[in-house]
Amino acid sequence: MKLLTKNESLCIGCGECEEVCSKTYFKETNREKSCIQVEDKKITVCNQCGECMDICSVAAISRDKYGVVRINKKVCVGCFMCVGFCPELAMKMQGDLLEPFKCIACGQCAKICPTHAIYSSEEA
Amino acid sequence: MDLENNQAGHKLLKEYNYDLGAIDKGYTDRTLYINVGNHEIKEKPVTPLMKDKFIGGKGFGLYYLWQAVTESTKWNDPENEIIISSGPIGGITQYPGSGKSLVVTLSPLTNMPIDSNAGGYFGPFLKFVGFDALELQGKADKDVIIFIDGKKGTITLEEAAPGGNLDTHILGEQLTEKYAENEEDKRNIAVISTGTAAEHTNIGLLNFTFYDVRRKGIRLKQAGRGGIGTVFRDKHIKAVVIKCPGVKGNLNHPVDQLTLNKTGIKLHKEIHDLDNSQNRMRKIGTANIIEVMDQYDLLPTHNYKFGAHKDTFKISSDVFISKVTQNSPDGCWHGCSMACAKAADQFELKTGPYKGQKVTIDGPEYENAAGLGSNCGIFDPDAILELNFYCDTYGIDTISYATLTAFVMECYENGILNKERTGGLELTFGNTEASFELIHQMSKGVGFGKIAGMGIRKMKAFFAKEYGADPQFLFDIGMEQKGLEFSEYLPKESLAQQGGYGLTNKGPQHDEAWLIFMDMVNNQIPTFEDKAEALHYYPMFRTWFGLNGLCKLPWNDIAPADNKLTDEPAKIPEHVQNYVDIYNAVTGNAIDKYELIRQSERVYNFQRIFNIRMGYGKRVHDKLPYRAMGPVTVEEYESRHERYDKQLNELLNYDTTGKSTAEKIKVMRAYRESQYEKLTDAVYKRRGWTMDGVPTVERLRDLGMDLPELLEVVNKHV
Repeated sequence: MKLLTKNESLCIGCGECEEVCSKTYFKETNREKSCIQVEDKKITVCNQCGECMDICSVAAISRDKYGVVRINKKVCVGCFMCVGFCPELAMKMQGDLLEPFKCIACGQCAKICPTHAIYSSEEA
Repeated sequence: MDLENNQAGHKLLKEYNYDLGAIDKGYTDRTLYINVGNHEIKEKPVTPLMKDKFIGGKGFGLYYLWQAVTESTKWNDPENEIIISSGPIGGITQYPGSGKSLVVTLSPLTNMPIDSNAGGYFGPFLKFVGFDALELQGKADKDVIIFIDGKKGTITLEEAAPGGNLDTHILGEQLTEKYAENEEDKRNIAVISTGTAAEHTNIGLLNFTFYDVRRKGIRLKQAGRGGIGTVFRDKHIKAVVIKCPGVKGNLNHPVDQLTLNKTGIKLHKEIHDLDNSQNRMRKIGTANIIEVMDQYDLLPTHNYKFGAHKDTFKISSDVFISKVTQNSPDGCWHGCSMACAKAADQFELKTGPYKGQKVTIDGPEYENAAGLGSNCGIFDPDAILELNFYCDTYGIDTISYATLTAFVMECYENGILNKERTGGLELTFGNTEASFELIHQMSKGVGFGKIAGMGIRKMKAFFAKEYGADPQFLFDIGMEQKGLEFSEYLPKESLAQQGGYGLTNKGPQHDEAWLIFMDMVNNQIPTFEDKAEALHYYPMFRTWFGLNGLCKLPWNDIAPADNKLTDEPAKIPEHVQNYVDIYNAVTGNAIDKYELIRQSERVYNFQRIFNIRMGYGKRVHDKLPYRAMGPVTVEEYESRHERYDKQLNELLNYDTTGKSTAEKIKVMRAYRESQYEKLTDAVYKRRGWTMDGVPTVERLRDLGMDLPELLEVVNKHV
């Protein structure tokens, strides 16, 4: 299973990860629209546990063949229950967006992180 | 000219095309009228008056029903309508409990307006396909099916193919299959129908489906109270089917999406963090309180004689938790993280026409467990689930069925009924087989099931006339008021809840007020004035849910962690503010918590005056059967003799030494009845009504409800 792993002791809080994420995901620089959040060197990001899949009443969230938990926005009805129930507080809502968003373990943030506080890993 | 429909067996009676329109700030500004008798289909504009004074939901229902009927209209006249409406907030997907349909009709049980609410997807879908309300009027010659296709903008009135099964677990599934384009489309279909027993009884309900994408089958929620399904079948409507093009989070076109998102997420988090330590709604729904009710002597047992039973542990919430499927997102509308719509899957039926079938049973809810269970002396959880299933699929209200069965059981045990009169049914408390036989008889309209299905009020008259039963005893133990059967709480030891049941618009249900814990357990409202204030505020606050397409449960079946530190914990102030916020966010209005109550007061007073117009709704109609207020029989008194003796001593300075139970019952009765009268005075005063229960002209003026048609009624009675 592909996922993003963190080592918070290495985080210097530079915010590079947030910037690259929002650029990749939303084509804009806006940390509010980043799937990864860094606050006081505490990194909040999805660990692909999949609890949100059981919460979703329309089965819009599923695990892909790489083990990544993904939202099908066409099916999503924008209830945000997954946001309220995420044990990692890593499912996100921003502004007037009608669907939540989350880390899909694309690895862009890991590539840019200068200290390896975050890195892509595989887990059985 | 009748056209042959190309769908096998269905004859097209009328097709109507419409422009899908747009929703703005929670309203489509248009309603749909269908007359199944003369096949008229038309659109009506929503007027500013409707939005200002009636808001939506049951407000719209009552408004339209008023126009449709006269003071002499009966429930089975073609003029009677069934109106279904959600409300401006209805259909938002972010805040738990926002998908209710409110249904209004003239009730066959009470002969006046009833409103009942249901989950399921119909109400929101109706709005999303273009209409704030649906009026059904007239009476068809043969069974009809109405199909509202919100993808194409067509409405068809079809004659149903003869035969076929009416019971909802079959019909709802068939119609979902038929009208969906494929498996994916099934989630866009919602069906309203009832079942076979609705044709033969006065306690018919309406089932509202929603498609469960995980179970790949329909689920059912009910507009249960007041016999709406009976009216539906009397109109020869087999089903109303609706197809919605799909759901997104902004279909209400709210003015402030962000507030909806944030407020919804706040409550989702609260439920996530606290539900397990508070009410366990996500695990077992409302059935979480079965043993709590028993513990506080409030669980109706043996027709409300007692409030607890030694066998309650057999039907406790933990027993049902093991029977319903866990970890399933069981909301009856999108975004309901409270998810109380539990279901038992793969349940093999042991009786009746579907014996041997494995079915999904929606429930049990608390009312079903307490009513079908303890109130009838039945402590078998599987029997409760199966009775629950049959009530739903046969289309009868579990609460009325349960309460009237408990009544006939007591009549049987008192010799008012016997095997000869019941056609062989041995209706003793705890006789599960007899309850099953009774319900199957109701489905077929045969035997004693046909008599019982009339409801308690009509049975009382029948038993007195045919069997010479003592009318006073029947009045004392028959747990109905205004013609409606009581829901499943024992109000005997809580004066405020007696008012909560008795001083209502539609009869003894718990939609308007539920004050038992505030009053009896927590002693928060000790004086008449306190109780009257509660019996003003809570019914008004709860009415508001029905104006807006909301469910009551997420209001106080979860509470913020710091709720106890607030000034008025019982009101859950933070949640009240949530409602103000989401209402303003959808509609763009700027109400506060006080205007919220006034919105309700307008409709509540309108409904009261509607009742008066129909010949009811006054003080005499607010009287309760004594079983709701105190011990009727020696057996009941003696079951709580210490408590009652103490009360007589302390409250009345009455020396019970050497007194017979019969004497003590008499003194207790006079006292409790006088208390209820005093409470009635206080509540009427607080609500701005005369001592006969009629809203005053001044109050109507103050509320801006001095409409000419209301003043005309009121002026005849003040």
